[in-house]
Amino acid sequence: MARVTLTVNGVKHTKTVEDRTLLVNFLRDELGLTGTHIGCDTSQCGCCTVHVNGRAVKSCSVLAVQVNGAEIVTIEGMAKKGKLHPIQRAFSECHGLQCGFCTPGMIMATAGLLRDRPNPTEEEIIHGLEGNLCRCTGYINIVKAVKMSAKLLRGRRHG
Amino acid sequence: MYALNYVRPGSLAEAAKLLAAHPEAKLLGGGMTLVPTLKQRLAKPSHLVDITQLPELHGIRAAKGRLEIGAATKHHDVATSSMVRRAVPALAYLAGLIGDPQVRNLGTLGGSVANNDPAADYPAAVLGLAATIVTNKREIAADDYFQGLFATALEEGEIIVRVVFPVPKRAAYAKFPHPASGYAMAGVFVARTGEGMRVAVTGAGPGVFRWREAEAALAKSLRPAALEGVALDAAELNEDIHASREYRANLVRVMAKRALGKLSGRK
Repeated sequence: MARVTLTVNGVKHTKTVEDRTLLVNFLRDELGLTGTHIGCDTSQCGCCTVHVNGRAVKSCSVLAVQVNGAEIVTIEGMAKKGKLHPIQRAFSECHGLQCGFCTPGMIMATAGLLRDRPNPTEEEIIHGLEGNLCRCTGYINIVKAVKMSAKLLRGRRHG
Repeated sequence: MYALNYVRPGSLAEAAKLLAAHPEAKLLGGGMTLVPTLKQRLAKPSHLVDITQLPELHGIRAAKGRLEIGAATKHHDVATSSMVRRAVPALAYLAGLIGDPQVRNLGTLGGSVANNDPAADYPAAVLGLAATIVTNKREIAADDYFQGLFATALEEGEIIVRVVFPVPKRAAYAKFPHPASGYAMAGVFVARTGEGMRVAVTGAGPGVFRWREAEAALAKSLRPAALEGVALDAAELNEDIHASREYRANLVRVMAKRALGKLSGRK
């Protein structure tokens, strides 16, 4: 067994879990944060994307104990005081989803992409979301949502 | 995943000791291949020895015509390193093509080179640049290191510490990725070194290999047309649902030409 301490969305949690516990199961089963989805469970789809120390990773492909001590941000940590994060707002306004299953991962991947490239081209958006699959939308509105996210976030930085 | 014990040694010596004490232990890098393998119960190690935080395995240094990269360096960090971009821009470019952003945020150089997946990108650069793999026991030349499908010269208990790349005059990489997985259907790394041209091919065969006939042809002319008609035995290449041997052979030639086209452009 491993004693794992993670700071998740700003709150410190310590749990004793089996060494083989995946980060996604730690978040969902131990902390009840079920916004992080398990899609393919084979590290293809990116639904389980969360941030570990500021970088987007697939939480189904990492052991919780591997990232012991890390700062984690999940989809639940994006909205602040009941107000949607600009990326969430953009996905809503651009209808960058249909069933919504991939959306938490898409939003966390977008946040990672825009941290590295605040003003991405369409090509960079498409490549930047290569680790995430959507089976509904055909990606058109997702790309639109990422463009709008970038615009909103730039406005926020300047404002 | 079968039950296992996770251990995080504090030093390279401790990691080696753990491997010696537990014959069924496995080294863990970023885990981008190993963790999915464990989830499918295709392996049953008693221990995972996580070496990603060992200080000996970190750092990127450039000096005296060499670029040294610690084995635990993540693909993202190689792709975005100004030092790598200056010394061997083709290597930074290659690292930025591996997997997807989430994979590049965890996967490591040492992990990729130790695993030696026949469709991985890094082996092409390591072999194409005639790099040296430095382990906790010895130094291994790339030409002796890669030994076919997932096989390397690494012995039991041997740990890759860093990879030393001689800085080439110029180098370029061209890859035809599988559209779903991103793995190379064919990837060709060409380098103009002090000792002549080197051409390393990944993705197409059972393991990374040097296309020596192409190297000989390029000794005479660096024009992409020089590769027309140069022998490449399709019988030696992989065949699967994605591509026939002949198709892969054609891809290798096309990727080699594209890499050469880049070679004559910017560094």
